[in-house]
Amino acid sequence: MEDRLIKIEKRNDVPTTLYFFTPFIAIILTIIGGGIIFYTLGFNPIEALKFYFITPISNLYGFSELLLKATPLCLIAIGLSFCFKSNNWNIGAEGQLTFGAIVGGGVALLFYNQEGFYILPLIIIAGAIGGMIFALIPAILKTYFNTNEILVSLMLVYVSKLILDYLVVGPWSNPEGFNFPETRQFSDSARMPLLFEGLRIHAGILIALAAVFVSWFVLYKTYLGFQIKVSGLSLKTAKYAGFKGKTMILIVFMISGACAGMAGVGEITGPIGQLHRMISPDYGFTAIIVAFLGRLNPFGIIFASLVVSLTYLGAETTQIFLQIPQYTGQVFQGMILFFLLASDYLLFFKIKFQNFNKNELRH
Amino acid sequence: MYKNFLRYLISAIFLITFSISAKADFKVGFVYIGPTGDHGWTYQHDEGRKAVEAAGIKTTYVESVKYGADAERVIRQLAQSGHDLIFTTSFGYMDATNKVAKDFPNVKFEHATGYKREHSNVSTYSARFYQGRTILGHIAGKLTKTNTIGYIASFPIPEVIRGINAMTLAAQKVNPNIKTKIVWVFSWYDPGKEAEAAQALIDQGADIIMQHTDSTAPVQTAEKAGIWSFGQASDMQRFAPKSILTSIIDDWAPYYVERAIAARDGTWSQQDTWHGLKEGMVAMSPYNKGMGADLVKEAEQLQKDLASGKIHSFTGPIYDQKGNILVAEGKVADDGMLLGMNVYVKGVEGDIPK
Repeated sequence: MEDRLIKIEKRNDVPTTLYFFTPFIAIILTIIGGGIIFYTLGFNPIEALKFYFITPISNLYGFSELLLKATPLCLIAIGLSFCFKSNNWNIGAEGQLTFGAIVGGGVALLFYNQEGFYILPLIIIAGAIGGMIFALIPAILKTYFNTNEILVSLMLVYVSKLILDYLVVGPWSNPEGFNFPETRQFSDSARMPLLFEGLRIHAGILIALAAVFVSWFVLYKTYLGFQIKVSGLSLKTAKYAGFKGKTMILIVFMISGACAGMAGVGEITGPIGQLHRMISPDYGFTAIIVAFLGRLNPFGIIFASLVVSLTYLGAETTQIFLQIPQYTGQVFQGMILFFLLASDYLLFFKIKFQNFNKNELRH
Repeated sequence: MYKNFLRYLISAIFLITFSISAKADFKVGFVYIGPTGDHGWTYQHDEGRKAVEAAGIKTTYVESVKYGADAERVIRQLAQSGHDLIFTTSFGYMDATNKVAKDFPNVKFEHATGYKREHSNVSTYSARFYQGRTILGHIAGKLTKTNTIGYIASFPIPEVIRGINAMTLAAQKVNPNIKTKIVWVFSWYDPGKEAEAAQALIDQGADIIMQHTDSTAPVQTAEKAGIWSFGQASDMQRFAPKSILTSIIDDWAPYYVERAIAARDGTWSQQDTWHGLKEGMVAMSPYNKGMGADLVKEAEQLQKDLASGKIHSFTGPIYDQKGNILVAEGKVADDGMLLGMNVYVKGVEGDIPK
C-alpha cells in the first residue's frame, strides 16, 4: 500500500531579495485577481482596473488625496513595526488613534476661541501622550499579569470608541449644534497648516516622514533597535543576552501608541476639524496590512501605505464611473493580505509530495 | 531644463484634469450614508434616483460614504467628473457640501436635512416626517392595552425630538394615560442595537414599537414578540407582515425628478424645501386591516386633514414635561419652533440625553 502524501518542510535559506520581492508578487496577484472579479461582474477588466488604479491619481488633486490618506496609515504602521518586530502583537492601534484624538481634541476644545502658535504643538503632544497611555494598558497587563496583548489591545478599541461616543454626544457636544453628536469646530490655530493652496495635504505628512527616518535610525543604528530585532528573532536569545524584556515591551508599545495617537490628531486637526463619532475609517486596522506589506521596513511602509490608500480611492472612482459597490476596496485589501501571507508561506516552507508506505508504520 | 520639465508636467496634469471634467451630457450624482440595501433611509433615496434615471437623466451614486475626510473627496470627485447636480443625502455632509460648492460654482448642490446654504448653488431640502408621526400616534393611542408606547430613537436632534413629541401629542388626544418610553441607540443604522432596544422596550411593557432608525430589526423583533409596530422611511411591510400597522414613507422621487429637470433646463435656483403629506414627500403605506376598519378610516381621514392643513400636528395647548406651556391654546407651533425643538412634551418619560 502506497499513498502520495504532502510534506511541509521549513526552508533554511530564504534569499533576502526574494523576501522583499514577494510583496510585489502579492500586489500583481491582487491586480490579476481583481481583474478576474471585474470580468465576472461583466466589466472590461482592463478598463475597470484603469479606473481603479490610474484614474484616482491621474491629476494633482487625486495625487494629493492619495498622500492625505496614506499619511495616517504610514504613521501608524511605523509605530506598529516596532511592536511587530519585537513579537508584540498590538492589534489595537485603532483604539490608540481614537484615544489620542480624544486627548488631543480635548486640548483643541480648551482653546476653541483662542489663537496662538503654541496651540497646535500642544495638541500634537497631547495626542501622542493619549495614544501612549492607551497603549500602555495592554503592555503593562502583558508584562506584569501575563495577559494576552492581542485580546486586550483589540478590546480596548471598543472602549475608546465608546468613550468618544459619550463625549461627543454629551459633555463635549457643540452647545450651538442642536444636539448633533459633534464638537465645536477647532480654531484656526488648532488646525494643521495646509501645504498647498487648494489641496488638503497638511503638515501631518511631515510628521509621518519624520517618523520614517527616526524609526529607521532607531531600528538600525541604536542598541534599542538591536534589542528589538533580537527579541523578535528569538526571545530566549534576548533573555540570554541579558536584555531587559519588560522595559522593552513597554517602550515599543509606547512608541506604537504615540504614533497612532498622532495619526488621530492629524485627522481631527487636518481634514476633519472637529471631533465626531467617525474620525477614522478603521485606519488602525488597515495599518496592520500596511506594516506587513512594507515588511516592517520604514521605507517599505511608505510604499505600502501608498498602495493601500490607493485601494480606498480606487473603490470610490470605480463606483462613480462603473457603479461597482464600494466594498470592492475591502476585497482588494483582503486579497493583498491573503496573497502576501500565501506567498510568505511558500517562501518560508517547502511543499513536497512524497511516497509513503503505510506498511512501514505497522512494524 | 528642470524648470521646463516641471512646466510640461504641470500643464500635462491640467490637461488631464480638464479632459476628465469635460462633460458630455447632463449627469446627476448622489452620495449616500448607508448601503442602498438598508431598506430604510438610503433605500428610499435610491428609489428617488431611479425615478430620475427613468425620466431619461443619467445618474451615479456612491454608497456608504463616511462623514469626515472621505465625504469631501467623494463630493469633489463627483463634481470634477462632470456631474451637474449633486444630492448629498445625509446631515453630516453639510460642511463638505458647502466647501465643494464654493469651488464648483457651475455645479448645483442639494443637501438633505441641513440648514447651511453658504453659496448660491446650494439648496437644502427635507420632509415633514412629523406629520406621519401624528398618524402613528393616533393609531398607537387607540390600540395600546398597556398604555405604553416604545420608541427607538437615534440622536437627540430636533428632527427626532419633533417626531417623538408629534406622536405623543396625537396619542394623548385619544388616550390621556399614554406614556412614551424611549431607548436611544445613538446610530442611524445598527440592526443589532436596534433589535436589543426593541426587546428592552417590550420587556418594559411596551405593546407597540416604533423607530426613528433605518434598519428593519425593530419591526422583525416586534413580529416575533407578536406585538404591533410601525415601519420607518420605506414600506417595511414584507419584513413583518402581521406586526406592521403602516410605515412612514419618505418619497423623494418627485422632488428629485423636478430638481434634476430644472437643473438640466437651466431653471434651477436656490431654495429651502420642507415638504410633507400635502406635496407627497411624506406618504403612508397601506394601513394594516388588523387595526379594524373604523381605525383605518380615522387614520385615512387624519392623513387627509394633515395634508390639507385642517389639522396641524402641533396645535396648542402643548405643555413641556414640567407643565410649562409651550404653545398656547388655539395656536400652532411655527416652523422656527419646530426646527429648533429640544424639549419633550408632557407624557414622554425620561430626559433628553445631554
